[in-house]
Amino acid sequence: MSEITKQSLSELIKNIKDKKLSSTEVTKAFVERSEKSKKLNAYVTEDFSAAIDKAKKFDQNPNLDLKLPGIPMAVKDLFCTKNVKTTAGSKILNNFIPTYESTVTQNIWNEGAILLGKLNCDEFAMGSSNETSFFGCVQNPIDKDLVPGGSSGGSSSAVAAQLTPITIGTDTGGSIRQPASFTGIVGLKPTYGSCSRYGIVAFASSLDQAGPMAQNVRDCALLHEVISSYDEKDSTSIDFKRNNYVKELTNNIKGKKIGIPKEYRVDAMPKEIEDLWKKGIDYVKDCGAEIIDISLPHTNYALPTYYIVAPAEASSNLARYDGVKYGFRADGENLIDMYEKTRSEGFGAEVQRRIMIGTYVLSSGYYDAYYLKAQKVRKLIKNDFDEAYKKVDAILTPSTPSSAFKIGEKTNDPVSMYLNDIFTVPVNLAGLPGISIPAGHDAKGYPLGLQIIGKAFDEQNLLNIAYAMEEKINFKNKITDWWIK
Amino acid sequence: MSKDKSEYLINRKDNQYEVVIGLEVHAQVTSESKLFSTSSTKFGAEPNTQVSLVDAALPGMLPVINEFCVKQAIKTGIGLKAKINKRSVFDRKNYFYADLPQGYQISQFKDPIVGEGKVILDMPDGQKEVGIERLHLEQDAGKSIHDLDPKNTFVDLNRSGVALMEIVSKPDLRSPDEVNAYVKKLRSIMRYLGTCDGNMQEGSLRADVNVSVRKKGTKEFGTRCEIKNVNSIKFMQMAIEYEANRQVDLIEDGHSIDQETRLFDTKKNETRSMRSKEDAHDYRYFPDPDLLPLEVSDDFIEKLKSEIPELPDEKKKRFIEKFKLSPYEATILVSDNETSNYFENVIKKSDVKLATNWIIGELFAALNEKNLEIIESPISAGNLSKLINLIKDGTISGKIAKTVFEHMMEGDKDPKKIVEEKGLKQESDPKALEALIDKVIDDNREKATEYKSGKVKLFGFFVGQVMKVSGGKANPQLVNKILKKKL
Repeated sequence: MSEITKQSLSELIKNIKDKKLSSTEVTKAFVERSEKSKKLNAYVTEDFSAAIDKAKKFDQNPNLDLKLPGIPMAVKDLFCTKNVKTTAGSKILNNFIPTYESTVTQNIWNEGAILLGKLNCDEFAMGSSNETSFFGCVQNPIDKDLVPGGSSGGSSSAVAAQLTPITIGTDTGGSIRQPASFTGIVGLKPTYGSCSRYGIVAFASSLDQAGPMAQNVRDCALLHEVISSYDEKDSTSIDFKRNNYVKELTNNIKGKKIGIPKEYRVDAMPKEIEDLWKKGIDYVKDCGAEIIDISLPHTNYALPTYYIVAPAEASSNLARYDGVKYGFRADGENLIDMYEKTRSEGFGAEVQRRIMIGTYVLSSGYYDAYYLKAQKVRKLIKNDFDEAYKKVDAILTPSTPSSAFKIGEKTNDPVSMYLNDIFTVPVNLAGLPGISIPAGHDAKGYPLGLQIIGKAFDEQNLLNIAYAMEEKINFKNKITDWWIK
Repeated sequence: MSKDKSEYLINRKDNQYEVVIGLEVHAQVTSESKLFSTSSTKFGAEPNTQVSLVDAALPGMLPVINEFCVKQAIKTGIGLKAKINKRSVFDRKNYFYADLPQGYQISQFKDPIVGEGKVILDMPDGQKEVGIERLHLEQDAGKSIHDLDPKNTFVDLNRSGVALMEIVSKPDLRSPDEVNAYVKKLRSIMRYLGTCDGNMQEGSLRADVNVSVRKKGTKEFGTRCEIKNVNSIKFMQMAIEYEANRQVDLIEDGHSIDQETRLFDTKKNETRSMRSKEDAHDYRYFPDPDLLPLEVSDDFIEKLKSEIPELPDEKKKRFIEKFKLSPYEATILVSDNETSNYFENVIKKSDVKLATNWIIGELFAALNEKNLEIIESPISAGNLSKLINLIKDGTISGKIAKTVFEHMMEGDKDPKKIVEEKGLKQESDPKALEALIDKVIDDNREKATEYKSGKVKLFGFFVGQVMKVSGGKANPQLVNKILKKKL
């Protein structure tokens, strides 16, 4: 048997079910590796001793029928966890301990998993490099001083560095797929309405969606099966028939039609990305699927649309952090003064920037020109996909326009940072599922990902295509443990 | 024209001004739980004991619409003869305040659940129709308490998230009296429907009052001021009176009116500026992304229509046609459901005319004196009905009935028993009465002679004497008849 932390989720489950490993052994192994990996700064809150206690308790009377029997797991610090501090990567929630559990994490614990701790992320999930977190940057295990992507940067780093066998992130404009791509792992953003948003600190309500991040497609499918559920507590949750994603997983995608959108050939796209995409097309063909050129004509407008809609919703969603009821409060002369000081000191620069953009685009006199127009364009973007899906089953694109960049490289240029999301953002605007799978390395040896975009509620097909491609690609992540030595 | 007489005008030198009023009534929906959460809405609980995670806007909490509140709003819309919108949208109204936990109020801005409707007012000089612009659902805020501590403000979130209906009238009202009639009518309709209890002391009904003035005969509206959050009809009337005069004085002095939001100071009886148009909040309304548009089917609306009880206007029509009541009597008796039910119970077994008079006259006066509602009446409808039958069949006179009524007000006793116990039965035996009358005539020989010589006015004196001697029990009709014969 290989080293515990090197095992995939599926292997760990098998070993626990076969009683070759106990939950305590597995949990301790991940705790030990996490302890040795503090340099990565992947955790905001560690809950290690409680995790080991829970594992011991599990082993006393193990229920091996569960889908995640005694599996330890760290989760993004955007999910509210009962009695465990939940910060959303922000100073304003630095002292916040929820009395309730998010539906998604509850689904995970209900299947036997054990909380290891809370993973770092960009503040309120606003960022593409994890550099906006109040708790500092996260290191990408691929190389020193490399960003792990964002906003689910702690999550991607932790899975790639094997501090947790699997994790969940949230994706508003690419926050699962881009960090997955930067760290050589698999990340799925499900269809909007597939996973409940109840108990997830909101960024942009009409775009936010939780999803799994894993070392391989099978593990990803399993976690998706656990977290996706209809929830009456979320009015945007959708009651549709969910698949047994693992049981129905197949690498047979013969005859599937895969679309290649010409508009994703953006200006100044690095050759490495262009080549990766071509390779991806070849893999798909190898699997017996058919390649069809398609057009998504409004792609160009996706990023500006996103940067109106998301900040608008965020500016309103974040109004509740006012120092009155919970979280950080700065003293003030009067109520208004207290608000101003609390929010100036409690929110970081990127969050403040987006609150201001959002407030501006919703202001009377500007609403029609910005927010209303953005909503109309959003509809056009969705229509583009609807048209395309009359001809194809899924769409293949690069996940990101580049590999991971260095910490600090883009912090002074927000627009260049925003451009990182150019391939992922349209998917959120259209409410579709998208998956990023590792597909190769660039010249520096950094991982690159390919994105497959599916029809709404068609995660099974998406996972199948990813599964088939994964087999052909046979990607190996180059993790040297540089931070431990 | 008689209409001119009742017109409410403000006179200054040579000018006459008309007052234009529109109301935004905030009516609390009668419902066990809040608009988007399951917390209780019960009035008077300890502060912050009816607050869910959603009401306190904890991170990650999401609103879920309460279907019952939607039904209540639609029913109210039906009662206002209004258009029900099958698709409506909840928007966020963004502003910061300590008692607004989310930092926004969920309301309906562009697409309300109920559109245009109307309310009919019964004014002394006839009926008046007041247009309804819209009705929408929204959340109430919490309550800031400023007077418990010299330095701090306390916040009670029990009200936070309670469902309100904002009912916006067209600027069709022209006087404080019409406002009085309008609010009462609105309240009556909602109470019939069971959609709002209309309890103004508990804040279940409050209004923002928009007032403007214009020279009589002018077509254009003047600039309006909005008087915020007035919580009694009397205060609404006082505020309008003050505000209209203030505006007229400004115009007469050559000033213009600034569009602004004002507050009514009930102690000083004046309105004061709260904020000008320039300082008005920019609420940054946008559709709440946590909620899907609210869609209701025709079947859903039809089912609610079938649950609507007979409303005051229809009931009034029926009372006039079926029971031959005057419009005035009918208006009073249908003003609330309890009164009309009481009336209909009384007349099941007794005379309509007498019942109407007794309820509107004696009963209302007595209840008023004791500050009781009709459902708290010490006299049940059944016993009032018995009393009326005792009058009708001549057992007691109307006058004696008033004595019996007073006894009944002390406790709901059977009037027959009171009559028996107190010996109040009317004397209707002609022989006994003849004897009485003979005695009275004997005792007043001189007056009898005067009467016979033409002083007819003295007849009343004799009736009075007979009644007095009988202790009020003599049957007045018989006394009249026999006296005429004997004299």
